[in-house]
Amino acid sequence: MLVQKHFESDRFIPDKEMDACGLFGVMNTKGEKFGGSMAINAIKNMKVRGSGLGGGFAIYGLYPEYKEYYALHIMYQNKNLDAKRRVEAFLKEHFYVVYDEEIPTNPDVALFFPPIVWRYYVAPQKKSEDQAIPDDEYVVTRVMYLNTNVDDAYVFSSGKDVGVFKGVGFPEEIADYFMLDKLYQGYIWTVHSRFPTNTPGWWGGAHPFNILDWTVVHNGEISSYGTNRRYLEMHNYYCTLHTDTEVLAYAVDLLMRRQNLPIEIVSKIFAPPMWDAIEQMNENDKKLFTALRMTYAPLLMNGPFTVIIAHHNEMIGLTDRIRLRPITAGAKGDFVFLSSEEASIRAVCPDLEIAWTPPGGEPVVVRMNSQDHLLSVKKSI
Amino acid sequence: MYSYLLPEFTIERSEDKCIRCRVCERQCANKVHEYDEDLNKIFSSNELCVGCQRCVALCPTNALYVHPRVYDYRPNSSWTRDKVQNLKKQAETGGVILTGSGNDKPYRIYWDHLVLNASQVTNPSIDPLREPMELKTFLGRKPDTLEITFEEGKASLKSQLNPNVPIKTPLVFSAMSYGAISYQAYKSLAMAAKEFGTLFNTGEGGLPEHMREEFGGNAIVQCASGRFGVDSDYLNSAQIIEIKIGQGAKPGIGGHLPGEKVSANIAETRMIPMGTDALSPAPQHDIYSIEDLSMLIYALKEATNYEKPVSVKIAAVHNVAAIASGIVRAGADIVAIDGIRGGTGAAPLATRDNVGIPMELALAAVDKRLREEGIRHKCSVLAAGGIRCSADAIKAIALGADAVYIGTAALVAMGCTLCHKCYTGKCNWGICTQDPFLTKRLNPEITSQKLVNLLKGWSHEIQEMLGGMGINAIESLRGNREHLRGVGLEEWELNVLGVKGAGE
Amino acid sequence: MNGLNVKFGYRDNFLGDIRPVDELIAEYTVLDGGKAVINAGAMKHKEVNDVLREVALRGAFEITVNNVYGQRYIGTRLVLPREYKPVKIVINNFPGNDLGMFLKGHQIIVNGNAQDGVGNTMDDGEIIVHGRAGDVVAMSVRGGKVFIRDNVGYRAAIHMKQYKEKLPVLVVGGTAQDFLGEYMAGGIVMLLGLNLRESEPHRANYIGTGMHGGVIYLRGTVEQHQLGKEVGVRNLDDADREIVATYVKKYCEHFGGNAEEILKGNFIKLLPVSLRPYGKIYAY
Ligand code: SF4
Ligand code: SF4
Repeated sequence: MLVQKHFESDRFIPDKEMDACGLFGVMNTKGEKFGGSMAINAIKNMKVRGSGLGGGFAIYGLYPEYKEYYALHIMYQNKNLDAKRRVEAFLKEHFYVVYDEEIPTNPDVALFFPPIVWRYYVAPQKKSEDQAIPDDEYVVTRVMYLNTNVDDAYVFSSGKDVGVFKGVGFPEEIADYFMLDKLYQGYIWTVHSRFPTNTPGWWGGAHPFNILDWTVVHNGEISSYGTNRRYLEMHNYYCTLHTDTEVLAYAVDLLMRRQNLPIEIVSKIFAPPMWDAIEQMNENDKKLFTALRMTYAPLLMNGPFTVIIAHHNEMIGLTDRIRLRPITAGAKGDFVFLSSEEASIRAVCPDLEIAWTPPGGEPVVVRMNSQDHLLSVKKSI
Repeated sequence: MYSYLLPEFTIERSEDKCIRCRVCERQCANKVHEYDEDLNKIFSSNELCVGCQRCVALCPTNALYVHPRVYDYRPNSSWTRDKVQNLKKQAETGGVILTGSGNDKPYRIYWDHLVLNASQVTNPSIDPLREPMELKTFLGRKPDTLEITFEEGKASLKSQLNPNVPIKTPLVFSAMSYGAISYQAYKSLAMAAKEFGTLFNTGEGGLPEHMREEFGGNAIVQCASGRFGVDSDYLNSAQIIEIKIGQGAKPGIGGHLPGEKVSANIAETRMIPMGTDALSPAPQHDIYSIEDLSMLIYALKEATNYEKPVSVKIAAVHNVAAIASGIVRAGADIVAIDGIRGGTGAAPLATRDNVGIPMELALAAVDKRLREEGIRHKCSVLAAGGIRCSADAIKAIALGADAVYIGTAALVAMGCTLCHKCYTGKCNWGICTQDPFLTKRLNPEITSQKLVNLLKGWSHEIQEMLGGMGINAIESLRGNREHLRGVGLEEWELNVLGVKGAGE
Repeated sequence: MNGLNVKFGYRDNFLGDIRPVDELIAEYTVLDGGKAVINAGAMKHKEVNDVLREVALRGAFEITVNNVYGQRYIGTRLVLPREYKPVKIVINNFPGNDLGMFLKGHQIIVNGNAQDGVGNTMDDGEIIVHGRAGDVVAMSVRGGKVFIRDNVGYRAAIHMKQYKEKLPVLVVGGTAQDFLGEYMAGGIVMLLGLNLRESEPHRANYIGTGMHGGVIYLRGTVEQHQLGKEVGVRNLDDADREIVATYVKKYCEHFGGNAEEILKGNFIKLLPVSLRPYGKIYAY
């Protein structure tokens, strides 16, 4: 399974990073693709929520010609070509690489120590003993191996038909740098503007955080981090980045991909109702929620957070259970928006049809070809 | 009163010296002493005594002796007196144990393990009495560089500077609010700060309107979670605005000024009705995150037309260095760090004694982190919590502080004897009380002089030590750990402090 | 290099690239006697407030700000010399956080939705939002009035106070989310529930938790478990009815609607059960 990093004692585990931020996501529920201008302008509108020390985008429906293949975005810090050689040797051994190229960047944009960022479209090349391992699992393991074992190499994203572009700078600068608006289209765009209080100068530390086609952008600080992390370690997820967001991404992977729980339940694990509220429920729900809280107590995400989680065909917005961080949803036609601030949605979609703010712990689930996102309107303001 | 508690102090009165003047009876707000006319004798109820030594100090014939009573239960290193005693109190009330003043637990005091340098041979020491020895310090954000224009060979400054506030000595009075302390004590601090050319901090209890014109120029005003007395006039009356996030004595905990202390004047200063509880929530409810802090910092700058530095005060906690970096990036001009030994008017004992980290370690870590990130100049650092003497202050500066906050030391100068009963409102020294009978024991004209003397004495000592090191401006010592050595510290502690061991 | 310092980069997200106020006024402002129209479309937070202050100082007292998308602190810096009278600001359409924070006597009208922190720590004045508002509306206000046509988010009226002749009022036409009136120490909150269906309860839980002053008037239904431990439910007396009628009428003046119809609804009044909710939790 995933790679364990050995620390002699918990004492030597690096402090986790803390950051706070601006978030934005937009999805077309008919799956129609569009360019990045909405995401870019919306996050630009919330510039003061970030500090220019990290910005990034996740785009879904990015590589239609290669959508059967895992698209690996890999960055090489310090332009370390030796790391690149090592990674490529590893890829050759474990994957069929059908195509690779450097991700084009705009030479006119100067950013903080840009790395080389390369993309590879790959299919698993399994040895006989690996045959029984599902593809996803196989890829995750290899990605984790690269992240933990090759210095200066870091996999930005590893899903099919999805890609993450991120770095140090304001998000609009990252967008300019990778020329997102000119080169790419997708049916979901999520974006993050970062305000870190730790280790600011690292491209890999920016969001979105990705595993397979799952991406997470996150705002807040999870005070239960240590508890969550240790629980996930039992399930073979080793947090190498020491961020709250990493914990969330793994927890999502564990619960949604591996354990197949729907987001409606997962959101109640992350942000469970208070015991008081459970007392008020009918017998069936009382039993359900009591069991959820008992079983998944170590995955309660305590402290302030807002996340936008996405994978193919789904984009989810969720806050902590007493809504210590903001989120606003909006919709117009087939477009659904999630954002830290309403004004930024309005700025990119002046004729918005509806805007609403769900209560803490209540997910806004945006699904392909459905109106599920409107389910949360009733409980919202 | 509690049923089975043993008295903490024993009062002895030498009957042959006692002249029945009844001073002790009048002086003790805890009603320990009582005169019996029939017997012509003064009786004392030991169990009521908090050991503040007021009666002892004022007894004209030195007839009184108040001393801690030994631990009369069976000696036990684990179940100490306070543990047993507090349990008994809680068994009767089910309450949260309160305390006042600062942490008295034997955590390592790093000041006492750091020694200073002096010049010998290679570099002359300087005589501060006759040569210039500068302590002037500017609090606020400094620019990366300056833009200078030259016209006809004359250089002039083009850059706009961020607001900075000069102080004549790197000693600033910490936040003590009117309400927590008496008006007399509060005013004494203001008067002393003004006279000496430094600053006092209003805490979150507001700044009485009639004091603004005279003392605003020396005031740091706080904007804390209760927002008491905060309006644009208040903010604009001061030199610096401080956002209080936390306090070393009670990190993560709010405050609570009980209604009975909210007198007419306090109510007016805090702008709340008289007699209502003044609750300060634990967080500021518009700050749940670093970008929210940024929002409040700029709100305050907006409200004061960008004319005043904004300080953010936090308690020293585990991740203090990272938090401080975030604070600077959020736009703060000053970061104030209050360590685990910081004082308070009232705090839950469990929190005061167990939450937070020592300021020395926090300060060194913050200074290092800010330098590593290249943003140390973007803020001034104020160190608070347990500065007891000039040597502590100068060591703090060598560990990276721009100036230090002094709280408890100032109270002691005004008369406090560290009885830790500030929360009872019966401070016999007239400091932590609103009872007019007690507060009139302080005369601001006199007490402010004591505070000025403290500033004078400490400043002079700092100059002496600076001179000894061959330094004649305080800024040359700031963060200059070469002038510190550790004695009796472990490797990791020296690492965190960034100082060598003595002899290394 | 891009304004970065060499080490980790300190970027000023707020004060970076602020344009001089004169330039902004020349380009984006029409000043006509007491009236001013500002096009804030391309302006940063501070720029909008720079311009607002400047036009107010130049004598404008009716100021319209157009194309507002998220700019913060509108009205905060209008601390004007005594001889200036309060100004009226009309905002089209979507002001950012901390709208009217520390406001001192001015009137702000928003034709659209407002975000978090409307009227934060306001001292006096009036804010009227023709739409909804986000979290912590009227936090720590000491005076002045806030009218929100639709709903409000979490923690509205948290730590609302009152002082002498200053009696802050928050009127919300719709419903609220959790912790309405938390720590409330004074003032009046009115929640009208106009957009709720017949007998649909209000959405907030923990209403008035920690409340130790002031009063909440609530129109419509609320279950006992939605209330904080520190509040008691009472019926309205005549004095209450008068207050309610006054502000419902004001509400209808601002936003339309039939005051009499609204007043026919079922009102309750929430009061703190104790002025000292935390008097007993300590051992001395
Ligand atoms: S409390 Fe203070 S004044 Fe009273 S008896 Fe004890 S030492 Fe004396
Ligand atoms: S201020 Fe007064 S009550 Fe507090 S410790 Fe000092 S002497 Fe005791």
